[in-house]
Amino acid sequence: MTPPEMLAQLATRFATIITLQAEALDPGITVAPEHLVEVMAYLRDDPALSFELLNCISGVDYLEPDPKKLAKCGFAPHLEVVYHLSSYTHRHRFVVKVMLPRWKGDQEGALPEVPTVSHLWRTADWHEREVYDLCGIHFTDHPDLRRILLAEDWEGYPLRKDYVYPLEYHGTRCR
Amino acid sequence: MGWLEGRWEESVVTTTLEQAINWARESSLWPMTFGLACCAIEMMATGASRYDLDRFGAGAFRATPRQADLMIVAGTVNFKMADRVRRLYNQMPEPKFVIAMGACTCGGGPYYKYGYNVVKGVDLIVPVDVYVPGCPPRPEALLEGLMRVQDKVRGMKELTRGQPIQLPVPKRTGEVLLPDELSTLEKANAFAGETKERAKPTKA
Repeated sequence: MTPPEMLAQLATRFATIITLQAEALDPGITVAPEHLVEVMAYLRDDPALSFELLNCISGVDYLEPDPKKLAKCGFAPHLEVVYHLSSYTHRHRFVVKVMLPRWKGDQEGALPEVPTVSHLWRTADWHEREVYDLCGIHFTDHPDLRRILLAEDWEGYPLRKDYVYPLEYHGTRCR
Repeated sequence: MGWLEGRWEESVVTTTLEQAINWARESSLWPMTFGLACCAIEMMATGASRYDLDRFGAGAFRATPRQADLMIVAGTVNFKMADRVRRLYNQMPEPKFVIAMGACTCGGGPYYKYGYNVVKGVDLIVPVDVYVPGCPPRPEALLEGLMRVQDKVRGMKELTRGQPIQLPVPKRTGEVLLPDELSTLEKANAFAGETKERAKPTKA
């Protein structure tokens, strides 16, 4: 199935809750977090689509820390979670994006929330842990949401653009 | 050993007990299997047949710190690993030696500025005897580092003076032979002035 056909099928099925991104290099859709599980389950189970494979989950921090470049950057500060899907049977791929605020309710320290898809693809388990670890996105209903790469007592989310590097960790200087 | 030597039949060799112990110890430095990153590949190459770490008695890589004398920290140490490195070092029996292999363990290497999770040199975690820089170091460089550890073992005066270890003086390699025109200070100054004159732009 070609990307325009996929987009057309999804547009008829989920007319109101998705935004198509047809002109992007990788065609895909944008979903609100509350409809994510519904759309992902459809993408996996529909026989014409049947995305059996979740390639990766990525967290992207859209923030321009430099005030001089802020006027030209062309985006408001937000976070994105990007899901790349593939199908073995039909040999096609797809991109699903979720837009999030940088902090839940604009309160510093309250992590933004996305429902987990680890019950649809087991791969998502560790990928979501990695995104949680490095970007600070809370995946609700995840079976075991702990840090996966950094130490358990690490503070902060290093791949956020406003991350402040630690000065010491367990008595060892970090710089 | 002057007055003792040659007083017995030819098959008797005289030495001090300390030298004999040091000789045995330096010829059987058992390293711990401790590869953390890409430097470990080079360490394995050093242990393989072409470079053959076993020639120096250090080819028996032990899988436990309790049987090891030498810790070759080969690769990037991050903070999650740092506590484990310190614990493994503490579990090794005395006397113990540490080689910091590669740029990352010497001082953070390419992760010095933006590596939020990388220890800026393993000497912040454990005492290091020999630093082997390089990214990764050649097997020859690791062999050189091992020989410097052997020099250090040879200088140990464990029986007579407790535990002080003499600083190793490189003997086999490491000497830089200066060319003749730089061999003395006067000659070197003259050479520098001459080069400066020659580097001046001509007016023509």
